[in-house]
Amino acid sequence: MAHGKTRGSGSLGPILIVLGALLVLWYVAALGMNWDRQAGLYQRTGVPMPPVTQVVGDLLNMDKPMLPAPHQVATEVWKTTVEQAVTSRRSLVYHGWATLSATLLGFVIGTALGIGLAVLIVHNDAADRSMLPWIIASQTVPILAIAPMLIVVLNAIGIEGLLPKALISAYLSFFPVVVGMVKGFRSPEPILLDLMRTYSAARAQVFAKLRWPMAMPYLFASMKVGIAASLVGAIVGELPAGGAGLGARLLAGSYYGQTVQIWAALVVAAVMSGTLVMLVGLGERWVTARMGARPA
Amino acid sequence: MTPVVSAKGLGLTYRTRESEVVALSDVDLDIGKGDFVSFIGPSGCGKTTFLRVIADLEQPTSGSITVNGLTPEEARLKRAYGYVFQAPALLPWRTIAHNIALPLEVMGIPRAEQQARIARTLALVNLEGFADRFPWQLSGGMQQRASIARALAFDADLLLMDEPFGALDEIVRDHLNAELLKLWAATGKTICFVTHSIPEAVYLSTRIVVMSPRPGRVIDVIDSDLPAERPLDIRETPEFLRLAARVRDGLRAGHSYEES
Repeated sequence: MAHGKTRGSGSLGPILIVLGALLVLWYVAALGMNWDRQAGLYQRTGVPMPPVTQVVGDLLNMDKPMLPAPHQVATEVWKTTVEQAVTSRRSLVYHGWATLSATLLGFVIGTALGIGLAVLIVHNDAADRSMLPWIIASQTVPILAIAPMLIVVLNAIGIEGLLPKALISAYLSFFPVVVGMVKGFRSPEPILLDLMRTYSAARAQVFAKLRWPMAMPYLFASMKVGIAASLVGAIVGELPAGGAGLGARLLAGSYYGQTVQIWAALVVAAVMSGTLVMLVGLGERWVTARMGARPA
Repeated sequence: MTPVVSAKGLGLTYRTRESEVVALSDVDLDIGKGDFVSFIGPSGCGKTTFLRVIADLEQPTSGSITVNGLTPEEARLKRAYGYVFQAPALLPWRTIAHNIALPLEVMGIPRAEQQARIARTLALVNLEGFADRFPWQLSGGMQQRASIARALAFDADLLLMDEPFGALDEIVRDHLNAELLKLWAATGKTICFVTHSIPEAVYLSTRIVVMSPRPGRVIDVIDSDLPAERPLDIRETPEFLRLAARVRDGLRAGHSYEES
């Protein structure tokens, strides 16, 4: 127990130090990057140069700064989450949920598709030889170019809202799952495959009793990458569509030069992504514990 | 009585792009029901390959072999043998009991019957009380006993063992050898046992097949005249030492043949 405690506090310290350093860096960068704009403002309004302390205060509290200071972003996040009704179009919870639901749906589709393709590749020689190059090629296509077309085409045939975004998420998230699961399904050592053969086990039995459980660590590693990619896909899918979602919020912010709004949406997206990856990690720990893993 | 395993002119050549490796050449051997046959020889002599041919894990390239009067494939499909590998090959996510249940699940044996067989085979290898442990919680010797229990669980009459104790230290190995003899006496199974230890081969076997490498072939087949009841200190008796010497001579002959 004592050991676990020291390890916990040991990892928290460095994290806080890094976080603090990043904040300091951010403030310094905000001062430097906002200087030109603020100086121009002083010049246009004919105000004489105020004392340094006030300049610093002005630089860190601009309306439309080049780089908003952390506390500005924090205030914006607070105002648009806690202080807004979640149904409001000004609420980041409203936009966040639109993105999150597309992310999750896309992630489920992508993971299922990835597992399905991996099963096919592992069990069918023709699929093994023919499919992987296409799967890899699919990821070299720039998603930013495909997404608007996909959205427009799907809208034209009457598919709107969640599904088009989810499909872009699925497109990005199936890839790590295919690659990971092909490796995972092939990870049983020859001796274990021989063992199943001595039992004259059917292929489905070898899959269910050997390949699938053996692939679990690969599945979770793939899903961690996949769910983060899925969120990116949902945001990209929202860029051309407008309406609800963090992507739409980012786009609106950049139209009107609302940098604080952009950064607030970015922070929410980052927190969401981190939380999702962490949840997959928790799922992994739960499954590994049930599979009798040796405690580390 | 038809032999359990009968090989005639059996050969196996591995063909790679650059070369051919003769793993087995012209092996004639009959193994009778209830025999304990050891295969001994240096590495590369084809003893493991022969076992894998019996198990239908390798395909011979010449000659013929039958297992219970059937082809190895037919015998495998009828689950005619249990195979114990060099490593325990337990599934790490299954408890010992569930590992033993693996072949029973594959073969569709009802759950209640599975429980009975798990309990019985755990008792046979002295692992009662470890049913709910995971493999990593057991020592190497205990893991290998669990894998023997797994091979016994579905009651095949033939047990194929490929250097099952090769990775264990000598004290554990002595102990498991004595237990294996008891188990063999209690179950009356036919056992094919691959080893590279002369004392182990002589101590366990009713017949010892001495093999030599490149090409893998049978040098000598020695019928043991040791009594069925074998305490560990039988290994100091003149009869035992005489058998061991004959095995050693056979191995040496195979070796000098290779170098001449």
